[in-house]
Amino acid sequence: MIPLITTILAITLRAGTSLVYATIGEIYTENSGILNLGVEGTMLLSAASGFAVAYHSGYLWLGFLVGVIVGGLLGALHAFLSVTMRANQVVSGLSITLFGTGLASFLGQRLGPKENSFNLAGISGPRLIAQPIPVLSNVPILGALFNQDILTYAAYLIVPLAWYFLYKTKNGLNLRAVGENPITAEAMGINVVKTRYLYTIIGGMLIGLGGAHLSLSYTPGWTDNITGGRGWIVIALVIFAMWNPARAVFGAILFGGINAIQFRLQAIGATIPSSFLNMFPYLATILVLVVMTWWETLSKRLGAPAALSVSYMREDK
Amino acid sequence: MNPQSSKIILEMRGITKHFPGVIANSGVDLTLFDGEVLALLGENGAGKSTLMNILIGLYRQDDGEIYVRGEPVQINFPSDAAELGIGMVHQNFMLIPRMTVAENIVLGMTSLPFVPDMRKISNRIRALSEQYRLKVDPNAYVWQLTVGEQQRVEILKMVYRGAEILILDEPTAVLTPQESLELHDVLKVMTSEGKSAIFITHKMDEVMVFSERVAVLQNGKLKATLKTSETTPQELARLMVGRNVLFRLEKEMQEPGETVIELCHISAKDDKGLSALEDLSMVVRAGEIFGIAGVAGNGQDQLAEVITGLRKPTEGKILIADRDCTGKDPLGMIKAGISFIPADRIGMGIAGNMDISENLIMKGYRDEPLSSKGFIRPNRIIDFAKRLIDSFRIATPTPKTRVKFLSGGNIQKTILAREIDACNNLLVAMYPSRGLDVGATETVRNLLLEQRSKGIGILLISEDLDELTSIADRIAVMFEGKIMGTIKSEDADIEMMGLMMAGIPLEELTNDVFEKSESSTE
Repeated sequence: MIPLITTILAITLRAGTSLVYATIGEIYTENSGILNLGVEGTMLLSAASGFAVAYHSGYLWLGFLVGVIVGGLLGALHAFLSVTMRANQVVSGLSITLFGTGLASFLGQRLGPKENSFNLAGISGPRLIAQPIPVLSNVPILGALFNQDILTYAAYLIVPLAWYFLYKTKNGLNLRAVGENPITAEAMGINVVKTRYLYTIIGGMLIGLGGAHLSLSYTPGWTDNITGGRGWIVIALVIFAMWNPARAVFGAILFGGINAIQFRLQAIGATIPSSFLNMFPYLATILVLVVMTWWETLSKRLGAPAALSVSYMREDK
Repeated sequence: MNPQSSKIILEMRGITKHFPGVIANSGVDLTLFDGEVLALLGENGAGKSTLMNILIGLYRQDDGEIYVRGEPVQINFPSDAAELGIGMVHQNFMLIPRMTVAENIVLGMTSLPFVPDMRKISNRIRALSEQYRLKVDPNAYVWQLTVGEQQRVEILKMVYRGAEILILDEPTAVLTPQESLELHDVLKVMTSEGKSAIFITHKMDEVMVFSERVAVLQNGKLKATLKTSETTPQELARLMVGRNVLFRLEKEMQEPGETVIELCHISAKDDKGLSALEDLSMVVRAGEIFGIAGVAGNGQDQLAEVITGLRKPTEGKILIADRDCTGKDPLGMIKAGISFIPADRIGMGIAGNMDISENLIMKGYRDEPLSSKGFIRPNRIIDFAKRLIDSFRIATPTPKTRVKFLSGGNIQKTILAREIDACNNLLVAMYPSRGLDVGATETVRNLLLEQRSKGIGILLISEDLDELTSIADRIAVMFEGKIMGTIKSEDADIEMMGLMMAGIPLEELTNDVFEKSESSTE
């Protein structure tokens, strides 16, 4: 039993890693008041381009770097549309998801090697492997924490840092102010446009890293729709975590765990339809929204950034 | 003014600012001396806020120079203004409800270290709040504070940032008379320590109380700069509007008629489910203006909503012309002859993207002659709109102009035209002249008086005590959902009403403090 739990926990953490990066990215973006619904498309495009570059160059880290850059570029595109052009953020984000999904699928059929008729699917390339930490990784159950790849280890560090930055530093305070009330933020001397661009791009980069982690570590290789809706789970997780990076970890582990359990259940032949497990993240999100609506005080303290998806311009009369 | 304080600290020369289609400021000169309070007086749209927004770096001037302590300066961003020691308390507070007082105060400061020490900051805020008598808990969240406390946070914010020049944009609009007096004391302490203040207002009495000098703006131009002690409210009003203003409106004596609406022991809850009205009873009669005074947020909104059918009372009865109308929906109340001028003009009174004629028919479009057999009749609608535009003197190019392009006064006239035209019983007017300039205010008040003489009952909810005493027949003061007392307007005493607005019932006042005769109570 204990080895089974250890294995499930290890898979949970691996499955949760891409969710953690993407969710923290989206939390930062949304805290600046920009709603980026392009997560799914960004993750897919980063996964495809990251894998293609790693495969052809043979450099794994180059693949991750390209995944991050692609994410950053899509973030910049969303920032341009929603901050500079003041477009509807929902429309802009959905367009990026549709665009990213389509382009990733297209590239998946063009960027592969000649011998695989240019198809990226069905081939194996470099992958990030787990690097067990000696001794610690042999501890029952908790050993799962120390039998991971380097990006999961990095996440252990990044989550508390992301929380600390957002709530305890001057820059985090300014970021939250921009998302709460851009007019006030501007009057207090904060550059709203710069802040929103910066965190939408950083958010896109983290989302891209999450996408690249899928094709270069968790389920190595490229398949169409490799994300399996993770981009939408990220949007749900942000609400579930109520825009707080620390709480996002619990959500990511919970939903990563669902993934892990799914595999095990199939292995032992259990008959819970996987659709039920897949529904769970969204159901949990709906529950959080209902509770927040009922519980006024809670939503006043923890609810969505007040200016989320509201565009802003200086000298608006 | 003592000699050493007569140094010029701030000078604006020839400031000009255009907005698309509007000249907000044109060649304005303004001088501020060390340690003085300068009132900046002007009607709405005179360019006061624009001028000050230029000074604090929210807007950039198209032309003109600014000098601080004799040095020419460029103020491109609010942070530039903060560095020069210029701070502003905006009319709509620049606060973030979900953050603490301390976080709001230090927000955006460039001198803040990467990891701010919130405890040290809180202690400094406490020291300052004692020094300037601005009591507030630095660790409270702003959403927990009252409006008066929020204003204190705004002032503290400027002081904390070392502002030497304070700009206050209509700071008393949200305060009780007593809180305004406290603000006066705070400003006294500040100017005595060498800080200077610019006090934006459109109320003459405030100029007289708060300021040493006054600059009057009209249509974006500086009309005059005067010593307050050498001018009168009448002169200021004339400069502000460019003509003589009738301050006391002609109100004919008339006996009120039948009861048009009676509220019996009404209770209601607000959106949060908290008690907003408690056991409230009142009567409005035909041909009288019944005023409701009180600080905003003491149940006035819920009272108007209950009467117009937007909110169901939890207890009590509403009788309109002796018929029980409790629990009717808004359409039912409209049909019972109730008209409503809402406080939120733009949000609730009009549909900004629709044109004037469409806005004017919003109440009557269902019936002949504006529609027949389920179809609206465009020609009749245009005739109808033209008639109302003429009789209410709404300044608009055509009846097809979108309402959002009109000025505040003309938007209000559009609402009044629609509501008065449809009214045959009771007119509920919430803050009908709030934010309007003197000319439009006078028009609105005269229209209400006109309805009064036609025998309509009017419920006038206002926070402007001058307005209430000049046009209402009786005034009730609301506090926390209850009526503290009802007085005849000729017996109205500003100080007494102020105390009732702060929650002291009339009986206690008449017994202990004021020995007024019983005739003042209903």
